[in-house]
Amino acid sequence: MTAPRPYTLVAELTYRCPLRCGYCSNPLDWTKRHDSLATDDWTRVLTEAEALGVMQVTLTGGEPLLRDDLETIVAHGRRLELYQTLITSGLPLTRDRLAALRDAGLDAVQLSVQDADESRSDAIAGTRSFAHKREVAGWVRALGLPLTLNVVLHRANLDHVPEIVALAEDWGAERLELANTQYLGWALANRESLLPDRAQIERARATAAEARARLKGRMEVLFVLPDYFTGKPKACMDGWAQRFIVVGPDGTALPCHAAHTLPLAWWNVREHDLGTIWRDNPGFNAYRGEHWMPEPCRSCDRRTIDFGGCRCQAFALTGDAARTDPACVLAPDHALVSDAKPGEPHTQYRRGAPPPAPPARGRKAPGPRITASG
Amino acid sequence: MIAPESVVALAPKVRLREDRITGKTVLLAPERGLELNASAVAVLRALDGTRSVREVAASLAATHNAPADRIEAEAIALLSALADRALVRVAP
Repeated sequence: MTAPRPYTLVAELTYRCPLRCGYCSNPLDWTKRHDSLATDDWTRVLTEAEALGVMQVTLTGGEPLLRDDLETIVAHGRRLELYQTLITSGLPLTRDRLAALRDAGLDAVQLSVQDADESRSDAIAGTRSFAHKREVAGWVRALGLPLTLNVVLHRANLDHVPEIVALAEDWGAERLELANTQYLGWALANRESLLPDRAQIERARATAAEARARLKGRMEVLFVLPDYFTGKPKACMDGWAQRFIVVGPDGTALPCHAAHTLPLAWWNVREHDLGTIWRDNPGFNAYRGEHWMPEPCRSCDRRTIDFGGCRCQAFALTGDAARTDPACVLAPDHALVSDAKPGEPHTQYRRGAPPPAPPARGRKAPGPRITASG
Repeated sequence: MIAPESVVALAPKVRLREDRITGKTVLLAPERGLELNASAVAVLRALDGTRSVREVAASLAATHNAPADRIEAEAIALLSALADRALVRVAP
């Protein structure tokens, strides 16, 4: 199979994180996945990615600032003319370190916020963080870097989108990503407590549309209707292994950050160069293009728009990654999505496989923080 | 709103580079990459933060042997689209 050219490398530098959000997209078994890549491994990965055609790098995690060689990695990326965005909780950041990262060649910062209000944001994050995030936003602007605010939306904060837009304006964001929760990993384990109702989604959509029009040219406002509510699957990763390469802290290369959940063999950048992985790793080729598609995807006009949806969601809900994404109204398994209803905030660990016990230091354990009544 | 008298510059977050696969120039910004055609590259590379769009168009017309009014109209269309995405800045 001919491989397309990738545009973006998602560098998950570590899964360690000071926040404990209950919708985290990191692996459920993140504590078993160590930061195995040395500085030289990461710089080689950037070089190999750029040679494949990658031009954008997102430095993410976990919390990428927990790696103290981040400046060295960013400096290497700049030499390769890569456009580098730091995706951060902001929590371990100091102004001096941000200035050093900028001087090393960092291009942009995406800061997460959990809600518009300090106590609610801290409750969702599972740690005091909001006040420091506000300070970080100020440093980003003062140092001349473009600021994106990213807010993962769910039942407890969807009704605060007007306040979240106002916060983004106040903090000087150039871009606001209102990212509806995707129910994979931790978020799937907590689905009952995170799921909003349709009216919440509709109000948030209307608010975002108003803000987008009002702020045009000043702040970009992104809001994508979630697949659980549209009946149409998302164009996940712009198609499997088409534009994105993800490399995790342990060196596993993936077409999507959740693909480690699929029963496929994933190669490691310590054993193979990224070009070989991108072209030849059977996992990358498993769902590339249309050859794998079952009906109703195979004959569907939308197969070139949504690519059959999310393989990881199909696997998580049906046990078969080659099924049509159950988010689709045409999918034989659509009831797995349409029957999902918001549950009691305290019942989130009752169904399905519970998340593993909190690790020794309590990082990222899904505590009872998603308990707001919305 | 971009007018012929507007002084326009690329936003600081924007970088232009060559796409090593296609050889074309691309505009990079957070979460975004736009492939530029030759005339867009000429306009964006000519922006210096001091000359107006009309002056830039006139200088491009001289070097590219093309009508200034057509270049100016194309430049305004391009820069307006980029301004909507906050990829260029208009001097106050």
